[in-house]
Amino acid sequence: MNLLLDPLQYSFIVRALVAAVLVGIVCSVLGTYVVLRGMAFFGDALAHTILPGVVIAFLLGWPLAVGALVMGVFTAVGIGALSSRGVVKEDTAIGVIFAGAFALGVALLSATGNYTVDLAHFLFGNLLGVTVGDLWTTAVLGLVVLLIIFFFYKEFMVISFDPVLATTLRLPATFLRYLLLVLIAVTIVVSLQVVGIALMVAMLVTPAAAASLLTRRLTPMMFIAAVIGAFSGAAGLYTSYYLDIASGPAVVLVATAIFALAYLFAPERGLLWRRN
Amino acid sequence: MNALAGRGVTHDPQTPSLQMVGVSVAYAAGLQDVSVNGVGGNGRVYALQHVNFSAQRGERIAVVGPNGAGKSTLFKLIVGTVRPSEGQVNIFGHGPDGHICIGYVPQRNEIDWSFPVTVEDVVMMGRVGQIGLFRWPRRADWDVVRQSLARVEATHLARKQIGELSGGQQQRVFIARALAQEAELLLLDEPLNGLDLPSQQAIFDILDGLRPDGVTVLVATHDLQLAADRFDKIMLLNRRVVAFAGPTAVLTPDNLLQAYGGHVHVLPGAEQGILVDDCCGHDEFQVISEK
Repeated sequence: MNLLLDPLQYSFIVRALVAAVLVGIVCSVLGTYVVLRGMAFFGDALAHTILPGVVIAFLLGWPLAVGALVMGVFTAVGIGALSSRGVVKEDTAIGVIFAGAFALGVALLSATGNYTVDLAHFLFGNLLGVTVGDLWTTAVLGLVVLLIIFFFYKEFMVISFDPVLATTLRLPATFLRYLLLVLIAVTIVVSLQVVGIALMVAMLVTPAAAASLLTRRLTPMMFIAAVIGAFSGAAGLYTSYYLDIASGPAVVLVATAIFALAYLFAPERGLLWRRN
Repeated sequence: MNALAGRGVTHDPQTPSLQMVGVSVAYAAGLQDVSVNGVGGNGRVYALQHVNFSAQRGERIAVVGPNGAGKSTLFKLIVGTVRPSEGQVNIFGHGPDGHICIGYVPQRNEIDWSFPVTVEDVVMMGRVGQIGLFRWPRRADWDVVRQSLARVEATHLARKQIGELSGGQQQRVFIARALAQEAELLLLDEPLNGLDLPSQQAIFDILDGLRPDGVTVLVATHDLQLAADRFDKIMLLNRRVVAFAGPTAVLTPDNLLQAYGGHVHVLPGAEQGILVDDCCGHDEFQVISEK
C-alpha cells in the first residue's frame, strides 16, 4: 500500500497523477473514433504541426495551450480543406503540412537559449511540471471534448460507419467531420504536457486499439479504452517514479504493454486464443 | 438544419416517387479513362447524359448496363452525393436535399464489417434522422428496429456483430435499416452479387413485401436473367438511358448491342439467344434466351 501512497506526499506527483488519468480518459474515448476512422497518421501529424504554435506562445510568454489550440484548430481545418479539394491526396497533404510545421517549430525553438531542454519537454511531455492552472485547463477542455462526443454520439457513429447513410439522413456531415478534427486538435493540446508531441499518437490510438480487441460494440469500446487509458496514465507515472525514467514514455509503455496483452489473450480474437 | 428535427418533406401521393429531367453529370476536367461515346458535343466528358425518366410508387426497377455505364452515378444523384451538371432530380416532386426517405443499401465492399456495431445498432442508425440531434432513441424507435428486423427475418441476429453475418444476412440487415428509416425509395447496389439462390430468393421475398407499402425499389445488377424475371421494368444504361420499359421491350438484341457494344454476340438459330460478356470481372457470359 505504501508503494502506492508514498509518492503522493509530493503535491507535484498528485497533480501529475490527476493530469495523467484525465488525459488517459479523454484521449482514449476520442481515440476510439481515431482508430475506427483510420486517422492515426492524421493524429500523429496534427500533434507535430502544433509545435510552432506552442513555441511562439512560449517565446511570447503566453499560455502554451493558447498557441497550441490556435495552431491545432488551424491545421485540422487546413488539412481537411486541402484534401477535400481533391487536388492533393489526404496523406500527402498531411505529410507536407506536418513536416513543414514541425520544422518551423524546431527552427523557432533553436533560436532560443535553452533549446534542448525545452524541445525535450515539448516532444516527450513534462508531466511532473504540471501546475494547478494546467490541471484546470485540462479538466475543462477534456470535459468539453467528452460532452461533445456524448451529445453527437449517434451522429459520429453514422458518419464513421457509413458516410452515404449520413447523406441520406441529411446529417450535417461536413460540419461533423470538422468538429471531429477540432476535437482531436483540442485533445492533443490537453495531452501535450503528459506525453508530448512525439508520443501523442500512442495515447490516441493504443488504448482504443486494445479495447477494439476486447469488445464488439462502440459504447463498451469507449469505456474499456477509457479504463485502459486512465490505468496507463497512473501506472505509467508510478513506473516513472520508481524506475526513475521519463514519465511520458513510461505512460506510453504501459499502454503498449496492455495492447500486447490484449493482442495475445483477447477472448476469441487474441493470438493465443486462436491457436488453441 | 430542419431536416434533423424530423421529416423534411411531406409527399403528395400523385407525384412520381423519382423523376429525372434532362440530367447530365460531367466529369471533372482532365479525368482519364473515358470512352469515346461519353464525350459530349462541347468537349465535356459525361458520366451520364440527358437522362429522362420517372418511376412510380411501388415499382421495382432493375438498373443494368456494363461497367462504367453510370449505375453508381445514377444512384449517387438520387442519394444526393453527386449533383447534376445539368437538369433536375426530383424525389416526390422536390430536390433530393430535404428527403430522409431514401434508403441506400451499399455494396458489401463499401462497408467496414469489423466496425464495432451489432445488427440492432446498424438498424437503429436508420432512425438517426427521425430521432434528431441531442436526443436518444426512444422506446418507439426500438419498436421500429424490432419490427424492421422481424420483416427481414433477422430478429435472431439482433445482438450479433455485423462481421459475423453471412452475405445474405448482411444484405437483409441493411434492408432492415432502410425500413427503419421509413424509406419510400429504396436503392440497392449489386445486392445479389455472390449470393446463393436461397439468399437471393429471401431478398426478393422481402422486396415483394414492400410493394403494398408503395416503396419504389431500384436495384443495380449485372444479372440480366434476374432482371428479366423479377422486375417490373428494366433500365438499360450506358452513360445514357438506352431503354427503360418492361423486360421484354428492353432486352432486345438492338438495345443490348447499343448498351454493351462489342460485348454482345447475337447467336443465330431457331431459338435466338444473346450472349453478353459484361466484363464485370466475373469472366462469365450471360445467356438471355428470347421468349
